[in-house]
Amino acid sequence: PSDHQSPPTQSPNPHTLSLPTSKPQTPTRTGVRRRTSPPAAAMPPPLQAHRMLLSHRRASPIPRRRFTAVSSLSSAPAKTLAPGPPASSILSIRESLLSGERTAADITSEYLSRLRRTEPSLRSFIHVAAAAAEREAEELDRRIASGGRDAVGPLAGVLVGVKDNLCTASMPSTGGSRILDGFQPAYDATAVRRLREAGAIVVGKTNLDEFGMGSTTEGSGFQVTTNPWDDSRVPGGSSGGSASAVSARQCVVSLGSDTGGSVRQPASFCGVVGLKPTYGRVSRFGLMAYASSLDVVGCFGSSVFDTATILSVIAGHDKMDSTSSSHDVPDYRSDLASLSLLESKPLNNVRIGIIQETLGEGVDAGVISSIRSAASHLEQLGSVVEEVSMPSFSLGLPAYYILASSEASSNLSRYDGIRYGQQVSADDLNEMYGDSRANGLGHEVKMRILMGTYALSAGYYDAYYKRAQQVRTLVKKSFEEALGKYDILISPAAPSAAYKIGEKTNDPLAMYAGDIMTVNVNMAGLPALVVPCGFVEGGSAGLPVGLQMIGSPFSEGKLLRVGHIFEQTLPDLSFVPPLLADD
Amino acid sequence: MALTLLRGIRTPTLLRANFSLLCTTQRHPLAHFTTRAESVQTTEPKAVPKSIQQATKEAAEQKIQGFESVIGIETHVQLSTITKAFCSCPNNYGSQPNSTVCPTCMGHPGTLPVLNAKVVECAVKMSLALNCKISMTSKFDRKQYFYPDLPKGYQISQFDIPIAEKGYLDVDIPVEFGGGHRRFGVTRVHMEEDAGKLLHSESGSYSQVDLNRAGVPLLEIVSEPDMRSGIEAAEYGAEIQRLVRYLGVGNGNMDEGSLRCDVNVSVRPIGQSEFGTKVEIKNMNSFSAISRAIDYEISRQILLYKESQADQIVQETRLWDESSQKTFTMRKKEGLADYRYFPEPDLPEVVLTGEYIDEIRNLMPELPEAKRRRYENIGLSMQDVIFLANDDKVAHFFDSTLEHGTDAKLAANWIMGDITAYLKDEKLSIDESKLTPLELSEMIAYIKNGTISGKIAKEIVVDLIAKGGTVKSVIEEKDLVQIADPAAIEAMVDQVLTDNPKQLEQYRAGKTKLQGYFAGQVMKASKGKASPVLLNKILGEKLKGSC
Repeated sequence: PSDHQSPPTQSPNPHTLSLPTSKPQTPTRTGVRRRTSPPAAAMPPPLQAHRMLLSHRRASPIPRRRFTAVSSLSSAPAKTLAPGPPASSILSIRESLLSGERTAADITSEYLSRLRRTEPSLRSFIHVAAAAAEREAEELDRRIASGGRDAVGPLAGVLVGVKDNLCTASMPSTGGSRILDGFQPAYDATAVRRLREAGAIVVGKTNLDEFGMGSTTEGSGFQVTTNPWDDSRVPGGSSGGSASAVSARQCVVSLGSDTGGSVRQPASFCGVVGLKPTYGRVSRFGLMAYASSLDVVGCFGSSVFDTATILSVIAGHDKMDSTSSSHDVPDYRSDLASLSLLESKPLNNVRIGIIQETLGEGVDAGVISSIRSAASHLEQLGSVVEEVSMPSFSLGLPAYYILASSEASSNLSRYDGIRYGQQVSADDLNEMYGDSRANGLGHEVKMRILMGTYALSAGYYDAYYKRAQQVRTLVKKSFEEALGKYDILISPAAPSAAYKIGEKTNDPLAMYAGDIMTVNVNMAGLPALVVPCGFVEGGSAGLPVGLQMIGSPFSEGKLLRVGHIFEQTLPDLSFVPPLLADD
Repeated sequence: MALTLLRGIRTPTLLRANFSLLCTTQRHPLAHFTTRAESVQTTEPKAVPKSIQQATKEAAEQKIQGFESVIGIETHVQLSTITKAFCSCPNNYGSQPNSTVCPTCMGHPGTLPVLNAKVVECAVKMSLALNCKISMTSKFDRKQYFYPDLPKGYQISQFDIPIAEKGYLDVDIPVEFGGGHRRFGVTRVHMEEDAGKLLHSESGSYSQVDLNRAGVPLLEIVSEPDMRSGIEAAEYGAEIQRLVRYLGVGNGNMDEGSLRCDVNVSVRPIGQSEFGTKVEIKNMNSFSAISRAIDYEISRQILLYKESQADQIVQETRLWDESSQKTFTMRKKEGLADYRYFPEPDLPEVVLTGEYIDEIRNLMPELPEAKRRRYENIGLSMQDVIFLANDDKVAHFFDSTLEHGTDAKLAANWIMGDITAYLKDEKLSIDESKLTPLELSEMIAYIKNGTISGKIAKEIVVDLIAKGGTVKSVIEEKDLVQIADPAAIEAMVDQVLTDNPKQLEQYRAGKTKLQGYFAGQVMKASKGKASPVLLNKILGEKLKGSC
């Protein structure tokens, strides 16, 4: 199929990318708006300005590389929303807890009250465990008070949102599907368990497209989540709830899952950092399988540093997942130096390839210029940026949908209403299966099950599944080649910024086409980081655009380092949504 | 109620073992999932063979009738690993329903299989024993179908790259069935997981699912269509059972379902090159049932051929019914079932090294076929050979006895005779007997040197099996040394003849059979200790002399 590149769905005039003039850039208390000119996607800032930016940051303590480090870079002041380049909320929480400046209960209540205020319009969460969070926070305060600071984990007091397709023993886990309405797992997913062991407080379960199948979170069996930047728009998907929750600071960080872009695209739509780790980097145990060979658990943060912190905690081999890797897990934060320690050209010797095919037809002009502008910024930081062509890029999308649907058709067979989940009584077995699944599963899920079943059927297997596997090999090879020449490949994370709710619900092909930027990375099993890089017009304050950085297997450290430098030096943009203007 | 039960199995509660734990699928009258046990009476074709006896006879005469049968077998062997194939649940037979289950083997969301290394080891052992070519790299696939006993909606199995292929199995047909040596091809061996079990309520209004068996490791062994009669098929199955037990990879108990044979049977006129339509038979709980079921099925099919109703032989699954000694239609196959196999993405490939295989090969015990050839070479009859090699414990006992220098035939006779009979009565296995191979060889030596008679030995051996101890101590304790003094025996003979004048009279009148009576009386008088040889010699002389 050649129709996978849809026309831009939301096509702002490329010439109107400057700040909306209707609203003057009044610096607000919270700095929720872009603070200054120049316009986001216009000229790259002169190097001069960038240096100035570096030099006017307040000095930070020397970085320390242990979890117990109080601070290795600027942490936000106690009030979590502050202007300036994104600061680490995790560090700030830790600092204020250990210094006694704030209690965990205090911090938790700040987040919960914001959650309560914003949730009616956002609907990021399927389940909020407010009371449990408060209880855990008080417990933590008691431990700190009784001098047990050493026993305080690296994520102590950090409120985490968990995508609802990750199992939690203490909360219902539905995968966004009616068929699992009320289902409460017997165990915690490994990623969740590791977060808890590090002291994190799980604040609730975030909304998603049913079983991760979708790009807007409209496919949830329960509710539609809105985008914190504009409540008439989608937050992206499938991890839309996790992205919007972090964007709106309903929680500090969150877990998502990424099968074809489900972390990266919503990160881009919501203006947060999203990381899709290498396949196998994080255990899938406890992640309700969509497409097992593509699924990874990923994470969101409002800064690269926070994202790196979460990855350090959740990554690593798990004996419960034979596809998890035993590759060493470094402390991903250790290379994330404070701005004051950066050289003027911190990305010297970094070779960056910008994937030609991702900046062509079907891609929103505003997105293209944001990415080009981000590329110039990377160049100014010392890297070499060149265009690289990956001819097999467009083959990935159809192959992805065949493979993902095939695996999904199998993975979702267990939702039959026999052992758990919603069962519809019927007079015979087949009818019971049919009715339970017809009733419990949503439209998109059924469509993919049917596609996958078809692709795996006798007589079609070779033409579809096997051929798609061959394409997958091609895609892998072409990435290997490109990543032999470049340290990092960059592209948009999505062909457009967030679009309107309902805009694509009746056009699945257009919806699928939106995944063009991300699916290849899953097919190749590579890590990719999305960092907010600019805005396009839309909403009251513009709509964020994310830059996708793709690396070789297990190069998360490199991606996070480059992403961190990029983020910390990105001038004059703030990715705190207008929703929080009243904070 | 069923719904409550259903909730009982859900999530954390079900991990509490004392709950009663049957997950229920209720109110699905049986149309679909009780067919396995039911529907037996429904679709039997009209042309029913006349009688079993006749059918069996006809089967035996099949070649004469111009037909040939073709039989292939799929055998499922449950491996007796400590834990299940893909989770760490205990692999126990006979536990309370749903007490050996976990989220993984119950197919809960988010769970993943992790391969038990022991399963691979058992598979390699079995594959080597079946003379197979082992795949250094094999993989798992998903076989997909819906059934309430299959929690994930797919079975983890191996499809296009099984762990082993292209082997063979040598068997000896028992003498009473005509004897002879056969070699049957083995197409493939693959690893997979077992499904759970459905328990149907008596009323038939609901069924319950027991998932204890779900995830138990299996080897599926597929034969070439090389067998031609029920007895050949039964022997093939029995040899697989022997291998399973020799290798210790499973218990091979058919009644527990630890060894299950599904048989494919077709017939064709001799000379026809293509196979006839094959029919699958299930539900046979012994090798004898396999043999009878196949012979019945062969004759059923031949009869249909002969009555020009060959079109009534359709591809179907039939169940063997022990009570009527017939097969009945269970389900007709609507074309080929499409299991939509695809590679299991949750499990990495299974990669073996030559070193690993060699290590296992070096630890393999002597297998039944090698044993049989060895026993044959030491001059035992085929019947003895087959008997002794049948059970590795018996074979081991026999071999140990020989190590003490005992004559093979004598040792074989004792083991196959008195020892087996006693153990069978007491329902003991030979390794539960307190008799040691050393004592058996001692006892045989005592018989040979005349210290005890064979008759005494028969008493001693029972004592030794039950209580242990040495032959010597039993003999001494019970004063059982044979009376080999001719004078003492002569005295006893005289006494007996004197005490039985009437019988002596009759003897003299020509009723010479009475010699046995006298011998018995003397033996009785000696409390069995008289040397039978001497006794007979002296008694004979006396009787002759008295005439």
